[in-house]
Amino acid sequence: MQSVFGYIFSTDFVVAILRMSTPLILCSMGVLLVRKSGIVCIAFESMMLAASFGGVLGSAYSQNLFVGLLCGVALSVIFAMLFGYFVLVLRANNMLVSLALNTLGSGGTVFMLFAFTGDRGSSTNLHSLQFPDIEIPLLREIPVVGEILSGRNLMTYLALLSVPVVYFLLMKTPLGLRIRAVGENEDAARSLGSSPQRIRFIALLIAGVLAGMAGCYMSMGYVSYFTRDMISGRGFIAIAAQNLGGSMPIPTLIWALVFGASNAIANAFQAINLPPEFLQMFPYAATIIGLLLVGMKINADEKRVTRRSVEKSRAGAAEEGNG
Amino acid sequence: MLEVNRVKKIDAIFFVIRDLLAVGIALVVSFLLIFIVSDDAWEALSLFLFGPLQTVSRVGYIVEKMIPLLFTGVGVSLMFRCKQVNMGSEGAFYLGGVISTAVAVKLALPAGIHPVACMIAAGLVGALVCGTTAVLHTKFHALTIVTSLMLNYICLYFGQYLINNPLWDPSAGFQASYKYAETALLPKIFSRTNIHAGLFIALLAVVFGHFLIEKSTLGYKIRTVGYNPKFAAYAGINVTATIILCQMIGGFLAGLGGAVEQLGMYKRFEYAGLSGHGSDGVMIAVIAGNNPKYVPISALFLAYVSVGAETMARMSDVPSEVVSIVQSIIIMFVVAEKFLAGWKHKVIAGQSIKQMKTSEVK
Amino acid sequence: MADGNEYVLSMQNITKIYSDGFVANKNIDFSVRKGDIHGLVGENGAGKSTLMKVLFGQEHPETGKIFFKGKEVSISSPLAALRLGIGMVHQHFMLVPSLTVAENMVFGVEPTKFGFFDYKDAARRTREVAEKFGLPVDPDMRVRDLYVGQKQRVEILKMLLRNVEVLILDEPTAVLTPQETQELFVQLVNLKKQGYTIVFISHKLGEIKQICDRLTVLRDGRSIATVDVDSVSEQDISRMMVGRNAINTVVKTPAHPGEVRLSARHLNYFNAFGKQVIRDISFDLRAGKILGVAGIEGNGQREISEMITGMDRVQSGEIRIGGTPIQGKTVRQIREMQLSHISEDRMTYGVAADASIEDNVIADRYYKKGYSRRGFLSRKAIRSETERLIGAFGIKCDGPRAMVKTLSGGNIQKVVAAREFSNAPQVLIANQPTRGIDVGASELIRGKIVALRDEGAAVLLISADITELMELSDSLIVLCGGQIVAYFESLEGVTENELGEYMLGLKTQSKEEIGRCWK
Repeated sequence: MQSVFGYIFSTDFVVAILRMSTPLILCSMGVLLVRKSGIVCIAFESMMLAASFGGVLGSAYSQNLFVGLLCGVALSVIFAMLFGYFVLVLRANNMLVSLALNTLGSGGTVFMLFAFTGDRGSSTNLHSLQFPDIEIPLLREIPVVGEILSGRNLMTYLALLSVPVVYFLLMKTPLGLRIRAVGENEDAARSLGSSPQRIRFIALLIAGVLAGMAGCYMSMGYVSYFTRDMISGRGFIAIAAQNLGGSMPIPTLIWALVFGASNAIANAFQAINLPPEFLQMFPYAATIIGLLLVGMKINADEKRVTRRSVEKSRAGAAEEGNG
Repeated sequence: MLEVNRVKKIDAIFFVIRDLLAVGIALVVSFLLIFIVSDDAWEALSLFLFGPLQTVSRVGYIVEKMIPLLFTGVGVSLMFRCKQVNMGSEGAFYLGGVISTAVAVKLALPAGIHPVACMIAAGLVGALVCGTTAVLHTKFHALTIVTSLMLNYICLYFGQYLINNPLWDPSAGFQASYKYAETALLPKIFSRTNIHAGLFIALLAVVFGHFLIEKSTLGYKIRTVGYNPKFAAYAGINVTATIILCQMIGGFLAGLGGAVEQLGMYKRFEYAGLSGHGSDGVMIAVIAGNNPKYVPISALFLAYVSVGAETMARMSDVPSEVVSIVQSIIIMFVVAEKFLAGWKHKVIAGQSIKQMKTSEVK
Repeated sequence: MADGNEYVLSMQNITKIYSDGFVANKNIDFSVRKGDIHGLVGENGAGKSTLMKVLFGQEHPETGKIFFKGKEVSISSPLAALRLGIGMVHQHFMLVPSLTVAENMVFGVEPTKFGFFDYKDAARRTREVAEKFGLPVDPDMRVRDLYVGQKQRVEILKMLLRNVEVLILDEPTAVLTPQETQELFVQLVNLKKQGYTIVFISHKLGEIKQICDRLTVLRDGRSIATVDVDSVSEQDISRMMVGRNAINTVVKTPAHPGEVRLSARHLNYFNAFGKQVIRDISFDLRAGKILGVAGIEGNGQREISEMITGMDRVQSGEIRIGGTPIQGKTVRQIREMQLSHISEDRMTYGVAADASIEDNVIADRYYKKGYSRRGFLSRKAIRSETERLIGAFGIKCDGPRAMVKTLSGGNIQKVVAAREFSNAPQVLIANQPTRGIDVGASELIRGKIVALRDEGAAVLLISADITELMELSDSLIVLCGGQIVAYFESLEGVTENELGEYMLGLKTQSKEEIGRCWK
């Protein structure tokens, strides 16, 4: 137990949180944009999976990191556009299309992996590349902070950068204004000649890029190969983060970090003799507990608001009666 | 104005055409994929399309595959009729199998009662799994689809813990449970195949689902809440209770299916991960229009396609994942409301104009 | 008007058919002269809104041509319409509540600075156009905090900012008080003087007579006539609209009020943001009497009906039905006390649009004897009962299995009425019972409400239609800011204008006068 606490208060633990959170932050920013434009998409799992596959394949065959990233992002964007086409143009149910796409992602990547490598399980026999760790010259020298913030994976920096980028995009640009407006009242946009469909496609496109980066990180940073279904629910956890963060960038970031931390804690507890199955369960259980806690808080807030107001009015009425 | 019946007829024709086209597109895509990856594509294709019918055991295999799908298909149909996109039947099916394993391994009961006890325990666990999601949704505003998927992982790891520890058979040589007691197994009903008595239970589940949803007052509540929960609340229906109950029934059926599959097809629990029966149930329900009476047809279709794919994977160089691709394409086109809508609009508008003109001539 | 006869806009031979086979417009010709206020009148469902949506590029017609300033144009989208100079103010406001007025104003034509949205410039432009047309608004207010009249002003300004020349107003007065309506008319006449052309959609004939130069009447998707307003009387117009002689008014005998069926005492209600929506409301509802509730929408009407019907909790105060407090009772328990409820929002609460008529009719009684046995529905009995109700309420449909969404608005409301009126109600809460439906269905429903009163039901009639309230109510309360500001024991001598003053909060009765509705 001692060692566990030692770990939790070490810089290693913070570094692990950043590592685990990177894909969640990137993806949840994409989820947030799409949600703000007024559609619920849960196909992020497949976008990330497609990207992690595409990244490995692209970088292995080109031996160029950028080409790999491009391939991954392109595949993710294709999934996002498929979602958009079926849901926005063909008016299909968003949940069912998402589920279908997740099935397609899961089966399709294994199918293609087999077609390219003859292996159905993982891409270990491909020489794919990894994103580099970046040392930041001056920051590196600062104790603790430097240890944490310098030398992280390129994608981790991009993930942290994606939060202010998405914030400014939403709040300070014409496109952001349109995304928010369409999400709240699409008829208003339509009546002014703006196509809600187009704006949502743009939101999906950006989300596809973000999820694609998240997916590439999984197979080209987090680990260095592709395995079947390697996203294991991170696309959904990112949705939970957005949900709990109330579609606001900073709270969403915090929840993504919390879920990343629950992953890291699970690893920390490997030191003591907890069954491995429970450690694997931990991030998912943490997500549900998070949803539960926020739900309880909403309920409590509602009750408190009405109770307090009613009490205030009673007090007021009594005063009036006295006066 | 065009008569309503005529519009309905055009509607019906378009539904059929759309579904056939969806299947057609999916098959064409899968053919293309087969041609890309396979060295002997024609052979692979014929195995995929006709392989399932070539031997008695493969025909039997289709039915064996169908049995668990009937449970999850009906269960998902019930939940979807209430517009609850609960994916928990996957976890319910898996954990149901694990719990029935526990009862089949740890309890000594007489032959007739043992499988029933397994199934009831499994069903109750399934109801608990899907019911948890329902409670989290109705009482704590949690997104059904997210919580149910998270719960699936929790079911998986909890189940694995049980199989790897209290139920683990060290002599098996791999991660598997002890052998089921003979008293718990479901009897085979056809020689030369593995078709088991679970088929009857599955068909009973279909009949139960049909009567529940179409004829009972509970089914009326489920449908009404699904159509419009605000209307249901306004009319005095207890929406929360209906939503929770319908998901518990759906989960019960999925859990029951997990038990039937274990006791009918296996000697011991040996799943390494989630089995996919729950997500197949979603596919089946969607194609059946969430109508339990059409579930057998769409389950048969899916069972056929996956036996075809497995046969192909075993005897040629095409991986069986082609099934996932077929499945997802079909779902996407079946649920696409506006697919062919432009064409339909032209037909209806054209007929209306013709009718307007003829009535003006009169 | 030098070019008074020049048509700025002309639609020819427009036919629009919806995908369900409904023909909304049949070979309509419609022309508007420059600088006119042109009335477009017709019953609900006559095709007015569809025709204007075609003009604004929101619907695409099967046949027909549109000429604007003498040239044939194709209007593929609202953007195309706006570029030509045609703007539309919709019946339901097309505003984004959480954004500010300025943000709503510049949507789609946002000013930018280095690629970022320039809010200051947006506010400046809003102020400019508001001053230019004498329609004052605060650019920094959030739209959700505006009054209805202000929202409408923003809508009009939004169009003027985009330099439109033709302005279409779809039933702009439906949500306004008499005072706000007059204010709007002054503004419209101002615009007309500056050379703007206005198409004014309405079914209120008095307003048409007051403000329009010419008018076009639509009926059943066809254009019946286009005439100068001065050349016709209100009766002429109504005959053209309905296709028969003047509308019958409901025959109503004096009320014979009985015992108190429902009593509300000191109700307060706070919404989820802690804002007080209802303040100390008390009233009695007596058997055999219709109590009208007047007020601008959003002044507590919805909360009152939701508390009475059990859809929302009674937070403070007490409601009794037949002497029994309803605190903590479910909707079903309250309905079993013989309470019926027509909801203001027909499509959200009143029906399940995707379900059949019979499934809609039995929603409050499916579990009762005669409709089900041992947990299973008695389909035959349900079907014959539904068939009876379809006959009794004259619901035009393909039979009990027809989906509700295939019916017209009036027939959908008849389905609601068939369910709510056929249960021998002792208390009826009728919230906007005839909103947005055709004259025939309105007459039928109003007649049935009066008939229920005569059979001894206690009726609470909440309506935004002052004419309807004046016609049906025996007594009337007026709501403003969640309070009762006036009570009229009898409606004799009360004018619509006077009601409007109370509704706007310009006048309030004394505590004693208001107290008469429950003491």
